[in-house]
Amino acid sequence: MQLFQLLTAVILLWAPPVQDSPCTLQFSGKVVDFHSQLHLSKAVLELYRPGSQELLQSVSTTDGGAFLLSELCPGKYTVVVSHPECRPITQEIVIRKNLSQTFVLEHHFEELKEVEVFGSKQKEETRSALERKLNEGILEQYSSGTLGEALKEITGVNTLNTGAQISKPSIHGLTGSRVLILNNGVRMQDMEWGDEHAPNVDINAVSNVTVVKGAASLRYGGDALGGIILLQPDQLKIDSPGLSGKALISMQSNGRGGTVSNRITQVFEKNWFAQVQGSYKILGDMEAPDYVLSNTGIRQGAAALRIGKQEIQQGITFDYKYFASSIGILRASHIGNVDDLIRSINSGQPEVIHPFTYEINTPRQRVTHHLGRIVYYKRFERVGRMDLSYDFQSNRRFEFDIRVGDDRNKPAIDLELTTHTIQADFKKDSNPNKLWEAGILGRYQENFPNPETGVRRLIPDYQRVEAGAYLTHVYRWKDKHSIDLGVRYDYSQIDAKKFYITSRWEERGYQEEFGDRIIEDLGTQLLVNPVLDYHNYSWSAGYQFKPDNDREFRLNFTCAQRAPNPSELFSDGLHHSAARIELGDLRIQSEQSKKLTASWQQSSSSWSWIIEPYINYVNDFILLEPTGVEFTIRGAFPVWSYRQTDALLAGLDLQIEKQWHPHWTSIHQFSYLYGQDQSQDIPLINMPPINTNHRLQFDLPQWHSFKFEVQGEYVFQQTRTPANIEVLSPNIQSNVLLRINDAPDAYVLLSAQASWQWPLAKGSVQLSLAGTNLLNTQFRNYLNRQRFFADDLGRNIQLQLKFNY
Amino acid sequence: MKTISNSFSMKKVGVALSMAAALVFASCDNDDTPDPVNEEEVITTLIATLTPAGGGTTVTLTYTDLDADGPNPPVAEVSGNLMGNTTYNGVIQVLNETETPAENITLEVLEEADEHQFFFEFTGSIAGATATDTDSMGNPLGVTFDLTTNTAGAATLSIVLRHEPTKPNNGLATAGGETDIQADFNNIIIQ
Repeated sequence: MQLFQLLTAVILLWAPPVQDSPCTLQFSGKVVDFHSQLHLSKAVLELYRPGSQELLQSVSTTDGGAFLLSELCPGKYTVVVSHPECRPITQEIVIRKNLSQTFVLEHHFEELKEVEVFGSKQKEETRSALERKLNEGILEQYSSGTLGEALKEITGVNTLNTGAQISKPSIHGLTGSRVLILNNGVRMQDMEWGDEHAPNVDINAVSNVTVVKGAASLRYGGDALGGIILLQPDQLKIDSPGLSGKALISMQSNGRGGTVSNRITQVFEKNWFAQVQGSYKILGDMEAPDYVLSNTGIRQGAAALRIGKQEIQQGITFDYKYFASSIGILRASHIGNVDDLIRSINSGQPEVIHPFTYEINTPRQRVTHHLGRIVYYKRFERVGRMDLSYDFQSNRRFEFDIRVGDDRNKPAIDLELTTHTIQADFKKDSNPNKLWEAGILGRYQENFPNPETGVRRLIPDYQRVEAGAYLTHVYRWKDKHSIDLGVRYDYSQIDAKKFYITSRWEERGYQEEFGDRIIEDLGTQLLVNPVLDYHNYSWSAGYQFKPDNDREFRLNFTCAQRAPNPSELFSDGLHHSAARIELGDLRIQSEQSKKLTASWQQSSSSWSWIIEPYINYVNDFILLEPTGVEFTIRGAFPVWSYRQTDALLAGLDLQIEKQWHPHWTSIHQFSYLYGQDQSQDIPLINMPPINTNHRLQFDLPQWHSFKFEVQGEYVFQQTRTPANIEVLSPNIQSNVLLRINDAPDAYVLLSAQASWQWPLAKGSVQLSLAGTNLLNTQFRNYLNRQRFFADDLGRNIQLQLKFNY
Repeated sequence: MKTISNSFSMKKVGVALSMAAALVFASCDNDDTPDPVNEEEVITTLIATLTPAGGGTTVTLTYTDLDADGPNPPVAEVSGNLMGNTTYNGVIQVLNETETPAENITLEVLEEADEHQFFFEFTGSIAGATATDTDSMGNPLGVTFDLTTNTAGAATLSIVLRHEPTKPNNGLATAGGETDIQADFNNIIIQ
């Protein structure tokens, strides 16, 4: 390439002088789209002196796609034609007389997601649904944290935590299987069933996050009753071959550790590219303001490889991601029976506090996740684009409990989940005012619980087959209005083989309905083979009105269905970490959500606001709640059973941004959610309390891009909780009130952050200093399962260095 | 415009995908029957044998929960009445009766004596119940114990096994740890 440029330059130098000719020539023509042959307006033509960067003339095309450059001297020129949504082209021209030419641009270039050149142009997943994005800068602040914590920056998104390291995103009050996580287009299959299972995602490998609040984006699945989280890697600049990279070192005081991460990208000639990324995190015991949270350390390593070739008409990408983590579970949260739980709740302080250590003991989790994906796309002229993909995921989960004797080092849970998915998507976009998308999907999944653990299986052996198909349409008119419609069908079948304790089988009353599915009677246990089929239908309709660039109104209605997950169907046993017996039910049916959302967005040069009300009515909502007490030789345990009810979730997210001064901006966020069990007329469990967040930002670009931010977060007490339950305490031989549903008090957290940036010979370096919970406030979070046992995190100071090269 | 290279064609990708699909669905035929898990650490039974120190009839207290974490509650049995004003030498045996022959869990408790302790809580006509054995640190263990009765009347006795309690401690209320066994005998008669 360089040789070619050199040759061109040499040839051009030899060109005969043309100065004495009159400069009155014209160069005119048109710019059209390669696929639709439509004329492109606002394309820019730039005329350069050959072999130099000297810009001679520049002009934009008219609405009809025409351009005219006049007063040109005869000679040779370099012309660059560009358009915000197209791949620019460069061409040498010779002008001896008036010249006319048509340039053909590739108008779909912006949609080559991974090679988007003009990064500022952000693509939206839906037209009418509520949608928010997080950029790389915000994600970097959470380099040592979790994806869930980063997502909390978005109003309406919360997390359901088990300690500091396990954080499950919850959107508009819905979590777990109701929130789909797409890791570069691949739906994560990682045992998202339990509250103590976090998504196996390395936040350092993610550059862009889009959150769709609700199921409106049917392309990815119809069962996202809570919403969809799309994680995207960085966009490669495929037009400029070369090596680039980013390294990040992050250290923090709480946990006394940090994270290192590095990413190297090589773009080759002929549109080939390769990228490797890796990160490692180590943290010891975390600390609450007054004590060490013993056994809450983490080790986490991740690596990713991406190789591909991206061209206008076709491309192929191969992805591989590896993720492994070992997470300590707060020692004090492991308890024996209901009396132990009562003691923990009443004492207000963890029962086990050891000095700080980096060591991770039992109870702990160890998870390994492999993800491989190959995707191929092809464009068809004047029609659209087709994507074909296959992905493979393997998830291995070990949970080490506190055990005695020879089993001390044996995991209590050992699950292996293997998933294969094939998918074909087609998009017809030749007419930008009438977009069509359709696709089909096939998936096969197998779960293998290893019996070597010597503990009855929490989740049984099963095979699941899924098939889905969708069709969506967007119709736009007058550049202001658009309507979108979508339908989707999903079929899923679970074929399980599960051992039931005979007495449990009888207590559940399964004999009548599932008696014929018993394969083997082992006396105290029954081996059963339930085969469960689900047919789910989802649809969505929406309207978007955008009178101008400063105002936007969106309205969407989505009706979506979700099939029950393995834990809702098959749970059957004692959870030590929660001191409760959890019981699933084979008779659980799909739940159905009808969600209406609206949003009004308005902005001016100095301020903007966005208001998003929503109402979600879920029929046959699946919930887990305390239903009674069972006695075992270990004492009494509250029983939590899955139940279906009709639920109402309604709320409001609000964000206001005001620029007070060229250097001063403030951002205010507020979110409120009302959750009610309509059938029993009681509040829904685990709904996020009202919270409001205010930040003041100061930036001074001339002083090393200095940025400073101070943030105050106020979390109200959740007053709408279900009633506590009464349990018999064997220790005192009478009923006591178990305050298991009481929510902790309201709290305020203060944090601050500052960053500077310096240019290097190639690239830049950025230094940032951040502190969270600066006042070392003691607090407990209603959505943290460990709130019964210990306070939440105390003050944390983080120092971060980032190199772009 | 650039010419499009033909280094990979649609056809090849299609073939690769259908091969992948074939592989996926071929692996569906999996009729393996999973192996049952017979839990080894399950405790189903606690037997406390009380022998009068001066000789006499032995009384056995049995607490059984054969379905372990299943829905059936445990059953408490007392073989006979205790004599008044008598000291009994007690021995505790802990079993897993889901296995045949039953596994003796007492051995594991003894092996890890430092991490275990039996506690005795009583009301009514029982005057006292105290461990007579110790772990390697000299702290009470309670696999063997002495129980003294008062004059005739009714009594209750709870035998509690804690794993990883604070040792030494001032009794059950502040010992902490996790409850492995909570055996409550609520109708003991002292003659």
